[in-house]
Amino acid sequence: MAVLAFIVVSVATPITRWQAFIAYFAAIFAVSLVAKIPTLTLFTRALIEIPFIFFAILMPFFGTGERFEVGPLNLYRESLLAAAGIVVKGTLGVLSAVVLSTSTTARELLRGLEKLHLPKLMVQIAAFMLRYVNVINDEMERMKVARESRGFIATGMKDWKVLATAASALFIRSYERGERVHLAMLSRGYTGVLPHDVSEGASLRTWAQGLALPIFAALILLITTVIG
Amino acid sequence: MTTQPSLLIEELAFAYPDGNQALFGVNLRIERGERVALLGPNGAGKTTLVMHMNGIHPAEHGKVSVAGEVIDTTDKDLLRRIRGKVGVVFQDPDDQLFMPTVGEDVAFGPYNMGIRGAELEGSVDEALALVHMSEFKERPPHHLSFGQRRRVAVATVLAMKPEILVLDEPSSNLDPAGRRELAEILKSLDVTIVMVTHDLPYAFELCERSVILSGGVIVADGKTGDILRDQALLAQHRLELPVGFSL
Repeated sequence: MAVLAFIVVSVATPITRWQAFIAYFAAIFAVSLVAKIPTLTLFTRALIEIPFIFFAILMPFFGTGERFEVGPLNLYRESLLAAAGIVVKGTLGVLSAVVLSTSTTARELLRGLEKLHLPKLMVQIAAFMLRYVNVINDEMERMKVARESRGFIATGMKDWKVLATAASALFIRSYERGERVHLAMLSRGYTGVLPHDVSEGASLRTWAQGLALPIFAALILLITTVIG
Repeated sequence: MTTQPSLLIEELAFAYPDGNQALFGVNLRIERGERVALLGPNGAGKTTLVMHMNGIHPAEHGKVSVAGEVIDTTDKDLLRRIRGKVGVVFQDPDDQLFMPTVGEDVAFGPYNMGIRGAELEGSVDEALALVHMSEFKERPPHHLSFGQRRRVAVATVLAMKPEILVLDEPSSNLDPAGRRELAEILKSLDVTIVMVTHDLPYAFELCERSVILSGGVIVADGKTGDILRDQALLAQHRLELPVGFSL
């Protein structure tokens, strides 16, 4: 939640207030230090962003309006600003999401979502997905090995039929597994509610820790707006 | 505790909605503390019978009673009690273990029985200790070996303190050591056990009594040793001892 707020605040900041963005980056690093996340891990995980910003980097070369030259490059001012906005804000978003996912286990995340009163059913579905994604992945892997053991190698369009059949077989198997899981749950007296710990509200301290980052960002935005 | 038989099945018949009749009048009486192997070829109706023992399938004809209570699948409270009394361990532990951690999964059954707080913790710890898996309480199930998952699956049911433990193919896919460890655990438990299996040596090792279900009826009921020595009977119902195994 805090991450979402932080992202919203940073996206809302105009790219021209570059001082604010320096402060945002500093804040993220401070949080990652507190969370004891190695900087290298932070960056390697943030690499996922590259395909998305690739096009943003090309943007300054195409566009309309005011142009200026940096060395041999001929750039458009408007597009450059827009591209810089995408890259910087994107990186901020990814970094904060990485900090969240590295410092918080998926289980805690689900608990958090439950406390934020996300519909129970959605949380349950997410929890089941978390549990069975490995099982289904293994199953898919085994089916792939079994296919290839009989000499199948996917090379192009003509093999799509085989892959589609495999995918539907996997779907049906997963569906049947779902039914077996449900039977097993009924056998242990399932009545529609999953057990969870006594839902104590988050403490004031937890709230303060969670909100520190977005509030800090909001303050920066305010200050830079006033000064700028 | 109770002088009633743990399980009493009388004239039970069942047909699936597609018209395929699986059970044709099954009679079975299992006393408290007995360990009984339910043998039979594939498609004999073993799983269907198990699904009647805890009221997943309603008894269409005949009746099933657990510790003196007749199962009525329309009575929700009764059904909840019955499911606490009849613990079914399914063949694939991945079907049974669905919570994020082992401890939470073991807590699932007793929670549904209405147990909370320290008592819930206590029954989880006790059940995990019975299957020697206490140190795995906080681990996610998919990080365990198959044998460990099978043992946790047994614990998930033991935590409900059942009257009867029903195991579907408990020895399948286990390595020899896992098989032996599970046998030792099952022998150490003080509950009635119904074990559905094709693994005849395992039945001989664990169960003093065996019944053969074939074609939807019980065709043999007696001491495991006597049944397994009757080559003709076994052959008639597609059961075979492993090569080189003799009693």
